[in-house]
Amino acid sequence: MSDLLSARAQMGMSLAFHIVFAVIGIAMPLLMVAAERRWQLYRHPVDLELAKRWAKGTAILFAVGAVSGTVLSFELGLLWPRFMALAGPIIGMPFSLEGFAFFTEAIFLGVYLYGWDRVSPRAHLWAGVAVAVSGAASGVFVVIANAWMNAPTGFELVGGQAIHVRPFAAMANPAALAQTLHMTLAAYAATGFGVAGIHALLLLRDPANAFHRRALEVALLVAAPAALLQPISGDIAGRQIARHQPIKLAAAEAVFVTQRGAPLTIGGWPDVATRRTRFGVDIPYGLSLLAFHDPHAEVVGLDAAPPDEWPNVPAVHLAFQVMVALGTYLAFVAVWAAWQAWRRADLARQRWLLRAIALATPMGFVAVETGWLVTELGRQPWIIYGVMKTADAVTPMPGLIVPFLTFTLLYCVLGVIVCWLLYRQIVRSPAGPGGQLHSPARGAP
Amino acid sequence: MTLATVAAGAIFLALNAYALLGGADFGGGVWDLFASGPHRERQRELIAEAMGPVWEANHVWLILAIVLLFTCFPAAFARLGTLLHIPLSLALIGIVLRGSAFTFWRYGDAGPDDARPRRWAVMFAVASLVTPLVLGTTAGAIAAGRLGAAGSRPGGDFYAIYVAPWLTPFALAVGVFALVAFAFLAAVYLTLEARDRELEEVFRRRALGAGVALFGAAALALFLAQRDAPRVRDMLLAGPWAMPLQLATAAAALTALAALWYRRWALARVAAAAQVSFILWGWALGQYPAILPPDLTIAATAAPPATLGAMLVVLVVGAMVLVPALAYLFRVFKGGERTA
Repeated sequence: MSDLLSARAQMGMSLAFHIVFAVIGIAMPLLMVAAERRWQLYRHPVDLELAKRWAKGTAILFAVGAVSGTVLSFELGLLWPRFMALAGPIIGMPFSLEGFAFFTEAIFLGVYLYGWDRVSPRAHLWAGVAVAVSGAASGVFVVIANAWMNAPTGFELVGGQAIHVRPFAAMANPAALAQTLHMTLAAYAATGFGVAGIHALLLLRDPANAFHRRALEVALLVAAPAALLQPISGDIAGRQIARHQPIKLAAAEAVFVTQRGAPLTIGGWPDVATRRTRFGVDIPYGLSLLAFHDPHAEVVGLDAAPPDEWPNVPAVHLAFQVMVALGTYLAFVAVWAAWQAWRRADLARQRWLLRAIALATPMGFVAVETGWLVTELGRQPWIIYGVMKTADAVTPMPGLIVPFLTFTLLYCVLGVIVCWLLYRQIVRSPAGPGGQLHSPARGAP
Repeated sequence: MTLATVAAGAIFLALNAYALLGGADFGGGVWDLFASGPHRERQRELIAEAMGPVWEANHVWLILAIVLLFTCFPAAFARLGTLLHIPLSLALIGIVLRGSAFTFWRYGDAGPDDARPRRWAVMFAVASLVTPLVLGTTAGAIAAGRLGAAGSRPGGDFYAIYVAPWLTPFALAVGVFALVAFAFLAAVYLTLEARDRELEEVFRRRALGAGVALFGAAALALFLAQRDAPRVRDMLLAGPWAMPLQLATAAAALTALAALWYRRWALARVAAAAQVSFILWGWALGQYPAILPPDLTIAATAAPPATLGAMLVVLVVGAMVLVPALAYLFRVFKGGERTA
């Protein structure tokens, strides 16, 4: 394994690990605040129990997210010092804003987790709101920095040096809006369906359980709107990359030849050697229609770039197809659940719907991972699109396979422990129609 | 004073806050490891309760310092990441293990007998011991001025470039100094957090012991600096501000020890924090105007003025959110009123 590949693998592995916790850290506070608000309004003990248990899970996941995020901020310099030497002054702004947002999040999470008996119920709820808002804000800031790597603006490059640096213009890069919208909705959809799916599974066994019924309700209220809006934000993102990162779109859609009226290829395996996609199903004019809202629009193919500037086409295409398929499934389940709720049906007794939701548990997270693969792999060989190649950014230190393997082992162990702890917490969920273990008096704010 | 100097000052201020707050959390882990006597479990409980609500916020100071560094002094960040890859990676592993183990311990479900699993607590405590050593060692390597330009070129001897700069007696002594300083801060703070006389006395003894050990660690580092970091040593002993700074540090140190002796916990906390801060600023002034000695100066590595100006705006706006929020956090959990 070359040092460049080791560095990319370490960065990719660190991001793949962190993104799960980051996404949960954005959405979970919204769920726990919603449950707490219900408790304050209706005084049903199930809501308080739910808020406390979700807060407990959030505490573990947030901490792992925080430390793995710290690793990433250092890895920017440990693995990509030359990238940071150029990009630091240009995209440091969103990172610094993220630093402050993350600070706010950590402060109010402390108040929320430890303040049940220390601050007024009102202050406690607002602390939760502050966690939810600053969590979403820090996600947005980090994604803005990533968007700049895809659509770099706000500087001029002269002799390898960035001059006329305009940090605000760099933040307002063309990819920022599409990416932040898509990622934020993904966080709510993935986490919401992740939580809803677990409780749906438990409801299949114990349909009368008030605890799981309420949990399913709150989680779906977050997940379903996000999953329904996601295709719209996906359309915005798709049209954005069609204009600003055409090679990424060409790889994602496996378009080898620039053409007007390009078809949409569903499935299929792109064969780079013969420049053909085999086994796919073509929908005529589909891609031109999607990417430009015009059936005869010209879609740039991979032939517009020399082959050494192509990303790994089969990997990007596969990841993209998986993301779209899973996102479509989540939107479909969201419509189904919304329809049943509109009919005022008892969701907890709709066994097929519960099965569909249970099946969705991991799907949002897989969609997040594959979507992120499309963004990052699709930009290769560039680390800053059109400006700096990844190979020119890597640290000169040899032997990078050692840190890669070390951090991989560390994260594997952590991942197993987190899953085990969450599993134990879930199996100890309150049982029966009452759905609660503790008397309402205990721990009431 | 230039914009770049202000930015460098802000970074060092964040590091200072990290040492006083995040450092004390590491120190707490050290005292968990060395908890002894009949009140062992109550000591551990006190430490965990003192850290619980604040440790994540305290940790963010480090992230803030790093982010400000790569924004304002990208070349310095790039060289640090390259030449200190090994100790920084080790510190990261320590940070990951410390934080994760602490929440696994406090938030993982208790076992069937309602006891919190001790294995997480041990992992937390050991990581709390190792991380400050490594962080201090990197600080020592920076202060020693061994991270020159020659090393950041490809090729050359691996050991000479990536290991030798930080694996020196001086850098390791600074690591020990950081560990003792963090343990000292933690013990001093814990005298104030303790809810009963017995625990107050336990941590008073530890604080006094650590305070004396800190003198020893400082003397050792200063002695080794003669060979490894002569520049910083000369500035510390003979620089234009050396005398007032030395006097202030000594006064703070003696005040801290005297306050501990006479059980004036609040005064001891202020004096101990001042003492550690003076030492840190002594280091900063000792290498000024270099941000990464020997050759990278604040002026030469500073980001363009547009970036520095924007950063200043972000800092001011961020501080307007951060300061009240932090004040609220510490008022709620460290406000002095003790819940039984």
